[in-house]
Amino acid sequence: MITHYGIPASPGVAIGEALIFDKERIRIPRRFVTRDAVDDEVRRLEQAIDAVAAEIDRNRELVTGQLGAQYGAIFAAHLAMLRDPRLNEEWRRLIREQHYAPEHAVSETLRRYASVFQKLEHRFLAARSEDVLDIERSLLRCLTGQPREELTHIGSPVAVLAHDLTPSETASLDRRFVIGFATESGGAGGHSAIVARALEIPAVVGLGRFLAETGPGDAVIIDGDEGRLIVRPDGPTRAEFERRAESRRTFAASLERFRDLPAETADGTRIEIDANIEFPHEVDACRQRGADGIGLYRTEFLYLGAAREPTEDDHFRAYADVVERMGGRPVVIRTFDLGADKLGRAPGESEERNPFLGLRSIRISLRHVTEFRRQLRAILRAGASGDVRVMFPMIATVPELRRAKAILADACEDLDEAGIPRPPKMPVGMMVEVPSAVVLLDRFLPDVDFVSIGTNDLIQYALAVDRCNREVADLYHDTDPAVLKLIAMTVDAAERHGKPVGLCGQMSANPLCTPLLIGLGLRSLSMPPADIPEIKQICRGTTVERCREVAGRALRMESARQVDHYLREEFQKNRT
Amino acid sequence: MTAEKSERSATGEVTVINEQGLHARPAHALMMCASGFQSNVEIVKDGECVDGKSILSLLTLAAARGTRLVIRARGDDAEEAVAALTDLIARGFGEDGGGASDGTK
Repeated sequence: MITHYGIPASPGVAIGEALIFDKERIRIPRRFVTRDAVDDEVRRLEQAIDAVAAEIDRNRELVTGQLGAQYGAIFAAHLAMLRDPRLNEEWRRLIREQHYAPEHAVSETLRRYASVFQKLEHRFLAARSEDVLDIERSLLRCLTGQPREELTHIGSPVAVLAHDLTPSETASLDRRFVIGFATESGGAGGHSAIVARALEIPAVVGLGRFLAETGPGDAVIIDGDEGRLIVRPDGPTRAEFERRAESRRTFAASLERFRDLPAETADGTRIEIDANIEFPHEVDACRQRGADGIGLYRTEFLYLGAAREPTEDDHFRAYADVVERMGGRPVVIRTFDLGADKLGRAPGESEERNPFLGLRSIRISLRHVTEFRRQLRAILRAGASGDVRVMFPMIATVPELRRAKAILADACEDLDEAGIPRPPKMPVGMMVEVPSAVVLLDRFLPDVDFVSIGTNDLIQYALAVDRCNREVADLYHDTDPAVLKLIAMTVDAAERHGKPVGLCGQMSANPLCTPLLIGLGLRSLSMPPADIPEIKQICRGTTVERCREVAGRALRMESARQVDHYLREEFQKNRT
Repeated sequence: MTAEKSERSATGEVTVINEQGLHARPAHALMMCASGFQSNVEIVKDGECVDGKSILSLLTLAAARGTRLVIRARGDDAEEAVAALTDLIARGFGEDGGGASDGTK
């Protein structure tokens, strides 16, 4: 039994057989063919091209079906690249005239294109190098006749283990058979993690090297709660996790009844429970779990994996869809919040030495005013038919907030000039996730209608810990008293100004923290839809008075360890 | 594939106006449009000349907004090809829909 530690990317426990999706670049030797074999070799290449084209087509249908046309569109470009006449001509020439083996020809040409794209400055073009390498891998797999372990053709439940998964690979995981996945690379905010949470399957990323010592068919446990991968578990360990998985299932079933009950404390205080979503289709999960609204609609999926910059209509459709399906409940749309970790696929863009302190989120939006204004117009348009609120991420200074608002005003003007309807006054909020905003919140509040605390970033900036960095991820604690103090300061300032304040980081989904957050004064929590029933249950089982005591004690402690220990004790007390 | 008889040819010049320039989707649209003609189509940017029917070649141009492109076609439907392609590029590939103005202040 070996235990590997990584970053928890999507909660839950999966126990099953390993399917190793090893796409470590296949090394192709320089190989040549004899003159009389040339015709056969060209035919072999043509068959491989046809096979890969069919595969791309299947992926397109699959991804379009699961995640929408925006995602499916990537594959039209893939197909055009595979069928590119220049490329095909060059392959044939290399085989016929230079007597290259097809593998050699494919590898050499595509890697050359990949490196050309990598050098281009344009973000979306640089990302094309991944596409080209994807095509190379597919062709080589066909040509070398390697046993194909197709993610889309899995027939029995498996845990997928890989070095990394591309957007299309993650998106095409078949939910019926893939019980979880674990990857050597990647971070908690990375694309695979986002998709795993949306698909509600457990995942652990950033495990470091483990594939070498893992065999296909090995029994594995993916512990998405604690960020562990256990390979070939011994009997007792397996039994323990099976109990955990089972109790999770019965627990989930027992929570069903909370769906239609409000999150109201035993002494009658109503807590608003909203959902964080990534994709429009998650609205169904929100309604099933009884969310009061959407507290955080991330809009990054429009950019991730897309073959092009989204148009205003792309934005609008994605927003209007959610607004309509939420049937009048509030929807908070957060503007572009791509950061260094999420744009990881675009070389050139991620070469900052300190990406989390670099060009990301609102900073990117304020530099690319045209794109930003386009997104804001779409949000305003969506607001014409429902309760839509706009929220700016990562605001660190008052001038930044004012600039963002000025661009919002310009977007309003654009629509008015064009005679396109918009709400007369859309509520504007900001994320509080940079310590400077907490300290100076009094000065920001007159300019906003609401604030939402983004604990994920607030913690990493307050504690100076990059949670995607395996070396220091263990120093990242949401319960550090310094973090609690920052939350308390934010809530107090907002209350003084009479502005609503919510919390939408991962902390809001942690049942241990719920009493603490209520005690700190929060009355609105936003979390992944899957966590809503349990948090509702916690709210209903406690009182505001009790929560205040918990918060008061925790605030006086000196370390996250102490707070954790205390919260765990409290939790057990309430559960029994 | 060299010309054997006296071939028709046409040339046009056009500026890339869509914001993202010749990225994947416009390159795909351009390639599809060019492939609809029998003529050979070349796209020239700053003296660099690529096959208009090859998406990979088009992408390597990395033609940003504001780039002047020369479209050259040789073949029976050369004029039609140049007209269609310049129109497609001049219309910004139909991107940035929505009607509202996109001007930055």
